[in-house]
Amino acid sequence: MNFPILTSLILLPTIGALFLFFTKDREGNNLTAKYVALFTSVVNFLISIYLWILFDQSTSIFQFIEDRTWIEGFINYKVGVDGISILFIILTTFITPLCIISVNNSIKNRLRDFLIAILIMESFMIGVFCALDLVVFYLFFEAGLIPMFLIIGIWGGTRRVYSAFKFFLYTLLGSVLMLVAIISIYWITGTTDVVRLYEIGIDVKYQNLLWLAFFSSFAVKTPMWPVHTWLPDAHVEAPTAGSVLLAAILLKMAGYGFIRFSLGLFPIASELFTPLIYALSVIAIIFTSFIALMQEDMKKLIAYSSVAHMGFVTLGIFTLQQQGIEGSIIQMISHGLVSAALFLTVGVVYDRMHSRLISTYGGLVSIIPKYSILFMVFALASLGLPGTSGFIGEFLILMGAFKDNFLVAVIASLGVILGAAYMLWLYKRVVFGKIINEDLKKIVDLNRSEYFILSCLAAPILFFGFYPDPLINTIEVSVTDLINMHSTNLAKK
Amino acid sequence: MENLNLVLPEIFISLSIMFLLVLGVFKKNSSKLIFNLSLFVILITTIITINETFSVSRITMFNESIIIDHMSSLMKIITLISAFLVLVISLSYLKVLKLFNIEYPILILSSVLGMMIMISSNDLIVFYMGLELQSLGLYVLATFNRDQLKSSEAGLKYFVLSALSSGLLLYGCSLIYGFSGSTNFDVISNQLSSNEYALTFGIVFILVGLAFKISAVPFHMWAPDVYEGSPTTVTLFFTMVPKIAALTVFIRFLYIPFINLLDQWQMIIVFLSIASMLFGAIAAIGQTNIKRLIAYSSIGHIGYTLAGLATGSNEGIQSSIIYISIYIVMNLALFSCLLMLKRKDQYYEDIDDLSGLSKNHPLLSLCLLVILFSLAGIPPLAGFFAKFYIFKSVLEQSMYFLAIVGLLSTVIAAFYYLRIIKVIYFDKEKEKYDSDQSLWLKFSLTTSTILILIYFIFPSQLIEVVSRINII
Repeated sequence: MNFPILTSLILLPTIGALFLFFTKDREGNNLTAKYVALFTSVVNFLISIYLWILFDQSTSIFQFIEDRTWIEGFINYKVGVDGISILFIILTTFITPLCIISVNNSIKNRLRDFLIAILIMESFMIGVFCALDLVVFYLFFEAGLIPMFLIIGIWGGTRRVYSAFKFFLYTLLGSVLMLVAIISIYWITGTTDVVRLYEIGIDVKYQNLLWLAFFSSFAVKTPMWPVHTWLPDAHVEAPTAGSVLLAAILLKMAGYGFIRFSLGLFPIASELFTPLIYALSVIAIIFTSFIALMQEDMKKLIAYSSVAHMGFVTLGIFTLQQQGIEGSIIQMISHGLVSAALFLTVGVVYDRMHSRLISTYGGLVSIIPKYSILFMVFALASLGLPGTSGFIGEFLILMGAFKDNFLVAVIASLGVILGAAYMLWLYKRVVFGKIINEDLKKIVDLNRSEYFILSCLAAPILFFGFYPDPLINTIEVSVTDLINMHSTNLAKK
Repeated sequence: MENLNLVLPEIFISLSIMFLLVLGVFKKNSSKLIFNLSLFVILITTIITINETFSVSRITMFNESIIIDHMSSLMKIITLISAFLVLVISLSYLKVLKLFNIEYPILILSSVLGMMIMISSNDLIVFYMGLELQSLGLYVLATFNRDQLKSSEAGLKYFVLSALSSGLLLYGCSLIYGFSGSTNFDVISNQLSSNEYALTFGIVFILVGLAFKISAVPFHMWAPDVYEGSPTTVTLFFTMVPKIAALTVFIRFLYIPFINLLDQWQMIIVFLSIASMLFGAIAAIGQTNIKRLIAYSSIGHIGYTLAGLATGSNEGIQSSIIYISIYIVMNLALFSCLLMLKRKDQYYEDIDDLSGLSKNHPLLSLCLLVILFSLAGIPPLAGFFAKFYIFKSVLEQSMYFLAIVGLLSTVIAAFYYLRIIKVIYFDKEKEKYDSDQSLWLKFSLTTSTILILIYFIFPSQLIEVVSRINII
C-alpha cells in the first residue's frame, strides 16, 4: 500500500494540536505555541501542494484512495480525492496558516487554546473534503461544530454567546436530518460508500425525500435564504481568524456537498428540485445584496455579501451545465480567498480602532495607503471585476445559467450590479472622503505580518483572474464526468 | 443435580454480604476494613462471573426459573464493574460528609445481588424477588444522609412511589399468570398468543411498573427529586446500576414472554421512548441544579435506549445495550467531575458554581467539555456512536417518525449541554476549588474521558461483544 498521504493530511494538524496541548501555556504573546502551530500548518500546506503535483488531471476516478475497515461489515474509513475536492483541500491548507499568522493582534488571551482549536478545525475540514463514505463525511461535517463553537464563544465579541448558540443549533438541526438520510441510504442500498453508490444508484422513489434531507443540512450550512440568519451573527461576533475560517472554508463544505452528494447521488431529485434552488438562490442574490447595502457594520456587510455569493454558487451548481458547475467551484475557491481577505482587512482596522462601524472610518487613503490599495484589490475581486478570480467564477456561472434558464440568469445578473454597488459604496465610505474622526490620524499602516498575509491572498486572486487554467484543468474532467453520469442516470429513468 | 457453578457469583456475593454484616456488628470501627473487603468481593464476583458464565450460550436452571445466557453474563459484568467504580469514587465523598459507615458498601452489595438475580430471572417470582431486594437497598441508600431533610424526603418519596409501582407490577404478573397458567417466561411465551383484552391489561401493568423503575416518562416524577436529594455518590449509583438491571429485565419481558404480542406493546414502547426523549430534553433546559439536570438528561437517555427496544429486532436490543454501556461511561465521568467541585469540605452542585471553571481548572474543564459534547451526541465522541447505532436499528425497521423525533430532541438536548459549556468556558471565573483529589477520582475521570474521546478509533470491539446476544 502506498503512503497514506490523505490520512496524514488529516492527522497532522491534530498531532500538532496534541503537541501544543502538552506545551506550557504562557500569558501574552506565546511565541512557542505560535511557531508550532504555524510549522504544522505550513508543512500541511506543502504536503497538499505535493498532492496537487502528484494528482493526475486526466482522469475523474478518485485518487490516493485509502480504504480500511472501520466498523466491521458496516462502515469503511474511505478517503480519496478527485478534481473537485482537491482544490478545497488546498484552499483549507492555504488559509489556515494565514489565520495562524493573523492571530498576532486579535487574540489576547489563551492563545495556545485558540491555536489548538484552529488546528483541530483544520483536520476536520480536510476530512470533510476527502471523505468518500457518507458516515465518515457526516462525522467530520458535524465534528467541526465543536471547535467553531468554542472559537466564537470564547474569543468572540460582546454577543458571542448568542451567536455561538445560534450557529451550533442551526447547523445541528439541519444536519440531523442528513443523518437519518444517510442511515436510510445504508438500509436501502446496503452501503454508504460513495463510489459504490455512484455505480449502483439509488432507487427513484426514495430520491426526493433523501434529497430534501441532505438539502436541509447543506442549505443551513451554505447558507441559503431563509436560513442564513446565523451567518451574520456568527461572523460579526467571531474573532477575525474565526470569521476567516467560517467564510473561506466552512461555507464551502455545503457547496461541495451539493456537488458531491446531491447531484451525484440523487440526479432525478436534483432535476426536480432545480426550480426550488433557483428561486432560493435568486432571492439570496437580490435580497441579501439589498440588505448588505444597508449595513452599518463592515463585518455584517461582508457576511451578507457572502450569502449573496453563495447564492451564485448554488445557482451555478444546479444549472447542471459544464460552465455552471465549473464556475461554482471556481467561485467558491475565489470567494474563499476574497472573503478571507476582506475579513482580514476589516480585522486590521478593527485591531487599531476597535470599531467595525463604517461611520468610524473615512479618508483612510491618505493615512494608510498600502492598506487602501490592498483593500481595493479585494473589494474589486469581490464585485467580480475582470482580471480577478471573482470574475471567472461569476462569468462562468452566469454563462451556465443563460444556457439553462434565461429569466433566472437575467435576474441573477442584476445581483452583479448590486454587488458592485455595496462593495464600492463600502470602499468609498471607508477609504475615501474627509477624515472626520481625529483618532484615525494616529493609526499606522500595515505591519509586516499583515502585509504578508494580505499579499499572499492578493497574489492568487490576481493570478487566477488572469490565468485560471490551473484551476479549470484540475476540475474539468471530473465535472464533465459528473455531468455525463448525471445525464445517463436521467436517461435511465 | 444442577451445575451450581453457574450461580456461583450469586452464592458467593450473598455469603460475603452475611459475613461482612456479622463482621461489622462484632468488630468496632471496621468501616474501612469492610469497605475494602466489599471492593474485594465485587472483584472476585466479577472474576467468577467471567470465568464461569461468559462462554455459556444459554442454560436454564432450577426448573427453568434462572437463565444464564450471553446477555445475563454481560449485564452482570457491567453491573459489577459499575458498582465497583461507584464504590471507589465515593470513598472521599463519604469521608467528607461523615457518612463513612459499614452499611454503605453492604447495602450496595445487597442491591447488586438483587440486580444479578433480576438479570438472570426467567420466572415472574424470581424476578420480583430480585427486584424487591435491590429496591430495599436503594431505599435506604437514598436516605443515607439522614441528617439532611432532603435526603430523607428523597428516600421516602422513592419508597412510596416504588411500592406503588411494585404493586402495579404484581397485579400485572397475576393477570399474566391467570391467562397463561405459569410464572415461567418460556411457558408464558408459548401460551400467550390470543388477543384477550385483559391480557393487554396485564402487559400494560407490567410495562408501567418497569417504566417506573427506569424512570421513563410519564412515570419519571420521582427521579429529579430523588436524584437531587440523595447523596451525590448514591445518585451516581441510581443513574447507572439499577438502569442496567431494569433494562435487562425489560428486554427479557418484551422479547421472551411477550414476543408474540409485539404489535401490542410496540406502540407503548414507542410512546414511552418519544415522551422520554422530548420531555427529558425540554424539562432539563430550566434546571439550575446539576443533579436535577442529570436526572432529566438520564430520562432523555432512557428514551433513546427504549427506542432501540421498540424495534423488535436483535439489532435493536444490541444497540440499546451499547447505548447503555456508553451512557454509563459518560455518566461516570460526569459524576467524577461533579465530585471534584469541593471547596473546604463543602460540595457544590449548582450550574452557577461551574462558572468560569476553565480559567482555574483547565484540565477538568476540558474533560467536562468532552463529556458534555459526548452526552449531546456530537461526533466523533462516543455518545454519537451510541445514538448512531440506535437510529441505525430504528431505521432498519423503517420507523422514521421515531428516528426523526429522536434526532430533533437531540438538538433540543444539545441546548442545555451547551449551556453548561457556556457557563464553564464563556462566563466569569469564581474561586478555585480544592485541587487535592483522591487518586481514584482522577483515575476514573481520566480513563472514562479518554475512552469517550478515542472510542471512534476502535468502535468494533464493543459491537463484537454485544453482537453475541441473540434473544429472538
